Amino acid sequence: MTELSMTQSAHPKVGTTGADAEKRLKARYRAEKRFRAYGLVSIAIALLFLAVLLASIIAKGASAFTQTFIELPVTFDAETIDPDGSREHSALSAADYRTLINAALEKKFPEIAGDRTAKRDVQRLVSQGAELELRKMVLADPKIIGTSAEIWLPASSAADQVLKGNAAHDESSGLSEGALAKLDLLKAAGTLKRRFNTYLFTNGDSRQPELAGLIGAVVGSFYSLAITIALSFPLGVAAAVYLEEFASKNRWTDLIEVNINNLAAVPSIVFGLLALEIFLNVLGLPRSAPLVGGLALTLVSLPTIIISARVALKAVPPWIREAAQGLGASRQQMVMHHVLPLAMPGILTGTIIAMARAIGESAPLLMIGMVAFVVDIPATPVDPATALPVQVYLWAASPERAFVERTSAAILVLLACLAVMNATAIYLRKKFERRW
Amino acid sequence: MISEAQSTTPASRPASDAVKMRATGANVYYGEKHALKEVNLEIKSHEVTALIGPSGCGKSTFLRCLNRMNDLIEGARVTGEILLDGHDIYDKDLDVVHLRARVGMVFQKPNPFPKSIYDNIAYGPRIHGLAKSGPDLDEIVISSLERAGLYAEVKDRLNEPGTGLSGGQQQRLCIARAIAVSPEVILMDEPCSALDPIATAKVEELIDELRENFTIVIVTHSMQQAARVSQRTAFFHLGELVEVGATEKIFTNPQHKLTQGYITGRFG
Repeated sequence: MTELSMTQSAHPKVGTTGADAEKRLKARYRAEKRFRAYGLVSIAIALLFLAVLLASIIAKGASAFTQTFIELPVTFDAETIDPDGSREHSALSAADYRTLINAALEKKFPEIAGDRTAKRDVQRLVSQGAELELRKMVLADPKIIGTSAEIWLPASSAADQVLKGNAAHDESSGLSEGALAKLDLLKAAGTLKRRFNTYLFTNGDSRQPELAGLIGAVVGSFYSLAITIALSFPLGVAAAVYLEEFASKNRWTDLIEVNINNLAAVPSIVFGLLALEIFLNVLGLPRSAPLVGGLALTLVSLPTIIISARVALKAVPPWIREAAQGLGASRQQMVMHHVLPLAMPGILTGTIIAMARAIGESAPLLMIGMVAFVVDIPATPVDPATALPVQVYLWAASPERAFVERTSAAILVLLACLAVMNATAIYLRKKFERRW
Repeated sequence: MISEAQSTTPASRPASDAVKMRATGANVYYGEKHALKEVNLEIKSHEVTALIGPSGCGKSTFLRCLNRMNDLIEGARVTGEILLDGHDIYDKDLDVVHLRARVGMVFQKPNPFPKSIYDNIAYGPRIHGLAKSGPDLDEIVISSLERAGLYAEVKDRLNEPGTGLSGGQQQRLCIARAIAVSPEVILMDEPCSALDPIATAKVEELIDELRENFTIVIVTHSMQQAARVSQRTAFFHLGELVEVGATEKIFTNPQHKLTQGYITGRFG
């Protein structure tokens, strides 16, 4: 064998110089270039899909951030609003503002007087939210009763969709020929205007797409996430510190470690079922509440936080521990003064990644009833609420055309939340990063 | 205390016979591995004792027994008796935190905390409650840096990170950090192996000065270093203590064939 290999290595064909060697060298460089090309192609494909995704969501969702308003000559008729003249809050808020709008429409289009069909057609151009607008104005300032003014009121979603071009200009839009004709008239007269859609950010969910807003879901998500952070961060870090720094390595800690790693891979809906059984059925906590949602999301994110915190603790160089203990620091002092502060950037990054996952999680929330139609904005974590991803799911399942653009808008808001959280993660990591 | 009385005598005095630490029948096992076998060794007060021997001979293991740093290693087991001033340091009642305050340690790789120079030195005194912040602590920090021969170099940048110093300065910072808690014994585990010759010379000079106030045990791979800094030398081989005696005697007239072979460079 030795003899053979010696003769081979002495052979000119396997030397490091000569034409053959040059050929091999070129082949090596070609292989390297190919390898880099594979990498570039995969990054390009990933970027392409991301761009397509974002472009389609933005294209669909951007129009939801504006809303059409119609200018109408409204008379705040004292007889209609407050026939008793008491100006009581209860009387003012119970008044029939629809009549004011109908009167304003008749004033705008005198030709519809007496024609019930034409009246109904025109009324469908104005949102039911217009009544709420008028009520808000009256309650804010009862002195306007008896006056009249040109007021911008929200258009119905059908009219809005036609004007935005999302719906065809025919009866499939939900508006009759007559209504569409009036809409064109309004447009020509310049009494239509697209404004920023504040309802999207100030209203809770609604059956009327033009009035539906995200704030209820945002608040629900916020409460859930706050509870998740408050519970999973200290629990997860404490568990990681104990397992990494204090627990002796034996069969039990091995078993715990394997189980935590397995839990991280469990589908989140399973945690939802667990939360349903324990928090709702056994402990009797309120259904659909962000409190329970936060508890369910804590279950989902704990394994991730524990694992990332353990990795961060492991990454602290051993000589830091030796230095501290060599000076006579107790184990706890070593951990609290040195190891934990040095591991903190990694722990924070892991935590925020877990939180980013939690905010986008919908399956466990479905199980504990946070999927209900909730109009009121939750005031406390025990009020019924939905969360952003669940709101996306609810709107996506709604038949009204105007919910299509709102679904995309909700996704954009969710993505914006995620982007902010990830930016925070990077900022925190940079801020606390230390070199050694 | 005896040690204080002795510290007033010149450094060049003949080796005293006061025993600071004594190991009797010390064994260390790492799991199944018998890393240190039946070591009997006396560490004398105000002397530098050098532990030499080829890699894996157990010298660092022995050193780490002296302040129970082996406790940190999973599966390590120590038997036998190691006394500090006549008290067993492996006694159940002994507080290991207190022990490590009395027996400090300097490591192979300079390992300052990623904190300021000031906080590096102040950390030990703070956790042992030797001084609260303020003038008392300032005094400890400054005197420790002075005794480590580092003060002149860093006095204008006490608030800068200790990790920004050069390797040799970092090691002297670690020595200053160790002496800030006023230990009685300082263990040094190859303190110069990561340093250049100039930095090494400074640290060696420092070791010689520190002998006046502390008892020092140093592990070294450099026989020249052992010869330069120590008064007594112990030669370890394959986990056993082969020979121990006055440094001069070990290097000029070793009794054991293995010692002779090692110091003349035939193996190791």
